[in-house]
Parts: sequence; C-alpha cells; structure tokens
Amino acid sequence: MISIRETASISFRALMANKMRSALTMLGIIIGVTAVIMMFAIGSGANRQISERFSSMGSNMLIVRPGADQGPGGVRSGAVNTLTVEDAAAISSECPAVAYAAPTYGGGAQVVYGNQNWSTSITGTTPDYLFVQEWTVASGTIFTGQDVRSATKVCVIGQTIADNLFGNEDPLGKTIRVRNVPMIVVGVLGEIGANAMGRDQDDVILVPVTTAQRRLFSTSRTGSVSTIMVKARSAELLDAAQKQVESLLRMRHRIRPGNEDDFSVRNMAQMVENAKAATRTMTLLLTAVAGVSLLVGGIGIMNIMLVSVTERIREIGIRMALGAKKVDIRLQFLVEALILSLVGGTTGILLGTGGAMAVSGAFGWAVEISPFSIVLAFGFSGLVGIFFGYYPAWKASLLNPIDALRYE
Amino acid sequence: MAARQVVKIENVSKIYSLGDVQVEALKNVSFSVEEGEFLSVMGASGSGKSTLMNIIGCLDTPTSGDYFIEGRNVSGLSGDELADIRKHKIGFVFQGFNLLPRMSALENVKLPMLYNGVKPHDREGKAMEALEMVGLADRAHHQPQQLSGGQQQRVAIARALVNDASMILADEPTGNLDSRTSLDIMELFAELNRKLGRTVIQVTHEPEMASFSRRILTFRDGAILKDERESQV
Ligand SMILES: Nc1ncnc2c1ncn2[C@@H]1O[C@H](COP(=O)(O)OP(=O)(O)O)[C@@H](O)[C@H]1O
Ligand SMILES: [Mg+2]
Repeated sequence: MISIRETASISFRALMANKMRSALTMLGIIIGVTAVIMMFAIGSGANRQISERFSSMGSNMLIVRPGADQGPGGVRSGAVNTLTVEDAAAISSECPAVAYAAPTYGGGAQVVYGNQNWSTSITGTTPDYLFVQEWTVASGTIFTGQDVRSATKVCVIGQTIADNLFGNEDPLGKTIRVRNVPMIVVGVLGEIGANAMGRDQDDVILVPVTTAQRRLFSTSRTGSVSTIMVKARSAELLDAAQKQVESLLRMRHRIRPGNEDDFSVRNMAQMVENAKAATRTMTLLLTAVAGVSLLVGGIGIMNIMLVSVTERIREIGIRMALGAKKVDIRLQFLVEALILSLVGGTTGILLGTGGAMAVSGAFGWAVEISPFSIVLAFGFSGLVGIFFGYYPAWKASLLNPIDALRYE
Repeated sequence: MAARQVVKIENVSKIYSLGDVQVEALKNVSFSVEEGEFLSVMGASGSGKSTLMNIIGCLDTPTSGDYFIEGRNVSGLSGDELADIRKHKIGFVFQGFNLLPRMSALENVKLPMLYNGVKPHDREGKAMEALEMVGLADRAHHQPQQLSGGQQQRVAIARALVNDASMILADEPTGNLDSRTSLDIMELFAELNRKLGRTVIQVTHEPEMASFSRRILTFRDGAILKDERESQV
C-alpha cells in the first residue's frame, strides 16, 4: 500500500485537473456547512441571550398571581382579587425558604413635570421589591414601610423617566404629577436594562402599594394586588419556597383539601427552561434542514465521483498493470472525495462564521460561534466524504485490469 | 552456465465462458523463456496471443495448468498478489501507449516506482536514467499529447524498464505506429535485449518486426504451431 501523503498528492492533482468541476462539486457541501454553522451560531446566541436576560431577573424568583392557573397560555379563572398586601407580608415572614416577597399593583399612567410629560407604568409595591428584583437606588432612597402604611405620595423613578422628564436637572425632592396626583421624587433607580421580552425596565415608577391602590388606581375592591413577587433564599430552595408559598396561601385563603387554588405560582426557573427549550427546538429544526442540504452535497460528491471513476477506467487499468493494489485505487478515490468534502467543509465553516457575524452586525442578533459546532461541521463533512466517496472508490477497485485497459 | 528460466508455462489452458458458449483461447500450451531471450509471438487474429500475454503478465490467471515466474508458481494467486508480482517482475508496453495524460514523461516513468516501494528521492534519478536509455531525456517534461506516437512509445518503454523487471511484455507495440517508427522501436528493443540483457516478449503480426527477435513462437487456434530459434552463430 502506498503512503497517504502520496495518495493525497495524486488525488489533489486529479482534482486540480478539473478545477471547475471540483469547485461545483464542493458547492453543495459549502452551502450545507455554511447553513449549519450559521444556524448553530444564531440559535446558541439566542439561547444565551435568553438565559442572560432571565438571569438578570433572578432565576430564584416566583411570581404569584390571583386566580387558578390553567396551564401555559390558559385563561385564569375564578376570583381575580384574592391576593393582598398582607399575603405578601405573611409569605415573607412565615415561609423559611423565602428571602423577600413584594406585592405589586399598578398600571399605565401619564406623568408630568413642568412642561414635560411621559407615558409610563407605575408599580405600587413595598421597599422589599428592590431586593426581590435586585435593583439598586442610584440616588436618594427607596420609600419606607411607614410610607406604605400611610400611603404617602412619594415615588422612586427609573433612569428613563429621569432622563425624559428631568434631563440634566436633579429629580430628588421635585414634585411630579402622576395621573394628576402630585408626588415627590425621593429616589432614582440605578440603570437596569431590558428584560427577557426586550422591554425597557428603566421606564418605571415605583410607589408605595397603598398609594397606588388608594390614590392612583382606586378600584371597588381595595386591598387586592395583581402579583406577589417572591425571591427564594437560593436557587436550590426555589421548589421548597414554591411549596411553602402554596400551602401558606391555601391556609390563609381557607381552601379545603381537594379544592383548587385561587392563585397560581409561576416558577422563573421553569420559564427560563421553557424559553430555552423553545429556541433549542427551533435551532434543531433549522439545523436539521441545513443538515439535509449537507447530505444533498454528499450525494453530489458521490455522483461526480462515479462519473470520475468511469472517465478514468483506463487510468485505473494502467495503475493496476503497474502494480497498484485494490486498496491503492480505493484510497485514491476515497481521498479525492475526502478532499472535496473537507475543503468544502472548511470553506463552509469560514463562510458560515463570516455570515453569522454579518447577521449579527446587520440585525443586532446575538450570535455565538462555538468551537463545538466547528468541530462538528468539520467532522460531519469528513464523514459525508467517506460515506459517499466509499461506493465509487469501491467500484473503481473492483475493476479487472484487463477490461480496464481495454476500455475505450 | 545455464541461463535462468524466467517464464515456464506448463499445460496452460484458458477458457472464456460467454453464457453457454465456451471459447478455448489457449489449449494446453507449454513452453519456457530463459533470461535474456527476445521472443516474438505471432499468429492470426484470435489465435490466443493476447490471452497468453495477459497470463504471462499476471493480469489474468489460467483456467488450468501452471505458470512459473523465476521458479515461483503464480497460477493460483489472488488479484493483490498478482499486483505484487507485476510491480516487481513485469514491464508492460501497450499497443496504445497508455501513458497518463496531464503528466509529464518523467512523471509517467516514475509511476511504477510509486507502487513498488522505491524511495521517493531515488525515483527521479532512476526515471531520468530510463529516459536516457530510450533517448528521450530532453523530452522529460513534455506531456504525452506534446509527443509523437514513437516518442510516446519510447516513454512507455522507459516506464517498463524503470522497475528493473524480469521481462518486458509488449502486445503489438508497433500496431499504432508507421513502419519507419516501428523499425526504430524494434531497434530499441533489440538494443535493450542485446546490451542490457533484458528479456523481451512481444506480439506482432509482421514478420519484419519479428525478425528482430531471436525466437518466434507461432500460434494457431490457441496452440503452438511452431517454435523457431535463430541459429546462434
Ligand atoms: N474476455 C474475453 N471473453 C471472451 N472471449 C475472449 C476474451 N478475450 C479473448 N477472447 C477470445 O479468445 C480468443 C483469443 O483471443 P486473443 O487472445 O485476444 O487473440 P489474439 O490476441 O491472438 O488476436 C478469441 O477467440 C477471442 O474472441
Ligand atoms: Mg491481441
């Protein structure tokens, strides 16, 4: 058997003798690998972005809402005014696995300062909300528990509000009108950024929950809140916290065993998982489509290799007469297919990487080119070459030297 | 001292089966060739000359009988074992030259050494030597399509010489050449035989070409009709 290096140089020369055909044969693999690399890069970029955004929300968070949960996308049924500020206080004081719990109640509102006005969302809550969200106050302070008890007209504003209403002015101590109610700015939040859905979280005003209930968004059923945000002591205690919250609320709401909850608890970790699973499925699907084009590329290689074997029957006969063994002939054609697929694969990897970067530049998508996907694409194109190159190579090696020499 | 027996054919028959028709291309043929002989095989078309050459060249195996190369029985060998014999013992010259296109004369001459284990850095020198023997050293870097038929056949002869084979087999080597060039090729064979002691076995139709050799084996219907030797003076 002759050496791989010499075999490779024979194969390389044969491919160079037909440059155009070799390039066109590689095109299928190039397109396939480019697509695979791009799909992987975009998919894993999206995945990472989702986890980053959710982790900025805190993965050890529970969201309690009034009404029974009918499962994902289902409609909540039953009473919608079942959660109270006291429920939140009880959760935070009585559930050992819970670090903080804060109620929220609010809505959209027009806010005015001087001749500036801005439309934003108002969140009525308690001071613990900052700890639940892991937000900070950049200047001033958060309102106090006393403010909550007496429904003081104070507020803490997000950066977006500060920028849009106050510009370069210092907002602290200024009075803004929220739904025509004058409120004193006691603090400005540190910058937060966008949330998992891409919403600007700095576009927010925090007020004492009681102020929101009684002075800003008064309803017939005062005292109820729209969510209770709960932070577990750690991610490991999230499940325990969920159970404790559920049993505490069932007790407080006097729900008999066997009856349905009048509230629902969403687990943030599960939501992250769901969102990630969704992008994974999408990525897998697109990669499968890209993989199919890689297979089509492989069939293209097989096709051309079969043509090439037929065209070179006489050459095969001559080589056999001069002493080439079956394995030498088989290797020569196999290596030819392998060169086609690996050069195609490498080109595809370069194009795919460049394409992914272009996409990220053009659309601002997060892309992530993992070494894994490059190794996978390279290995897979090699396998395609061997798999689809084997049959033509094997056919070539089965030729009988006399017939091959006589072939016109 | 007695010359070595390069080829010994004993009761060799070759039968081709085409469906239910059987063609007996060789019928119980026996003869031997000694080292340094120049033998011409003659006979009408279809008399079994090429079949015999294929068997001698280890491209094919006899249906029955034995074939010895330098004393070794090679009649029952597998395809790859025959390839091993070919790359060390046989040098082929074909009617149609059979050089590889897009390769220079030198590269074509180097080709057998790719398969027979000569070290890469020794190949160039040996190939040039062989090209010099056939008088084509100055055309080493020409490709076959840039050479005349006679020159191409010389390159092919250089290729057959380069592996120091035990014998050179040429099935109608002048069949595609004009008579002037044919005579040149025959001179070359005679010279290789006389000066270098190479064993040459050729097939030819033409008595004029056969006259260069010192022994003529005439076939009819797959059997030896005559075996004539030039009387040694
Ligand atoms: N591969 C083959 N299959 C069937 N018959 C063959 C084959 N090769 C040769 N023959 C037959 O064997 C006989 C001898 O052929 P061949 O050796 O080529 O003759 P020559 O070279 O003397 O012209 C012819 O009748 C030919 O038709
Ligand atoms: Mg013939």
